[in-house]
Amino acid sequence: MNSLVIAIALSLMLLGNSMAAIDAAEFSDDSKYQRFYDLASELRCPKCQNQNIAESSSPIANDLRGEIHRMLSEGQSDEQIIDFMVARYGDFVLYDPRLNSRTVLLWLGPSALLLVGGVVVAVIIRGGRKVRSGTSNELSDAERYRLTDLLQESDRLIEQDT
Amino acid sequence: MKKLFLFLPLALFLSISILLYRGLFLDPNRLPSALIGMPFPHFTLPSLDSPSDILSSADVKGRPALVNVWATWCQSCRQEHLMLNKLADQGVVIYGVNYKDVRANAQHLLRTLRNPYRLNIEDASGTLGLDLGVYGAPETFFIDAQGIIREKYVGVIDERVWQEKLAPIYEMLLREVTQ
Repeated sequence: MNSLVIAIALSLMLLGNSMAAIDAAEFSDDSKYQRFYDLASELRCPKCQNQNIAESSSPIANDLRGEIHRMLSEGQSDEQIIDFMVARYGDFVLYDPRLNSRTVLLWLGPSALLLVGGVVVAVIIRGGRKVRSGTSNELSDAERYRLTDLLQESDRLIEQDT
Repeated sequence: MKKLFLFLPLALFLSISILLYRGLFLDPNRLPSALIGMPFPHFTLPSLDSPSDILSSADVKGRPALVNVWATWCQSCRQEHLMLNKLADQGVVIYGVNYKDVRANAQHLLRTLRNPYRLNIEDASGTLGLDLGVYGAPETFFIDAQGIIREKYVGVIDERVWQEKLAPIYEMLLREVTQ
């Protein structure tokens, strides 16, 4: 129980750290701060690639946060700010990339693979069913004779044992 | 025909494996520039050499050139500087963008290590760097005679990189002018 409390406390401390990276930005109202935080969280830092620019403390992330702050203060829309970033750093900066000719594989690839997998499974199952329904369940005469032979043989063996 | 069909999953698996295996050897730090094919961004910034002069995008137009983003706080830029000197001696046109630097430090470095730049744009606040999508010096842009960005190289230019990768690009831009 104690260790759980400590774990929660430690993760809360981490959370505090990532928020603290947004320092220069001061906003008149909370909704602007929320937009700022959302934008900075969905834009990827070009230098430190596995962090968003809200979390990163690299100079470039700091500059980009400043840029978002400036554009928000000028009253620009989220769309305009994202376009501004993409025009300079490419689709790479978006954690949620847009659907275009360069990202179509990324967006549709997994579903396409799933579809191909589904088709393959369907074909295999249907193929198996066809083979089974092709042969009848009836035994041929030769098979029936052989079955009686085997049963008699096993009866005899059981009698010998007892 | 039916037998061939059974190999489809294997073929698919192999092609995806090859694709992903190749991915292991790509450098994730090399980002394609969003600015390739775009004109060099507009700017009006002071010249590092004589800060009373104001430079603009017209000053970097007219001939194929390298635009090198550098700073004195960037250790690998210093390493690259010697190579740039060599290229300038060979007649390669190099413009500099002194990115978020202290003027005195930058001027001092150019005096002591020689100045390979035809002109140097002083981008103290990093606004031009931002418009260029710079995320770490050194970065070098290749612009053609019309001032269109044709290529971008991130990292230190050394002899090998120049010979293998960049010289052909620069020569191609020069050839375009004579044609």
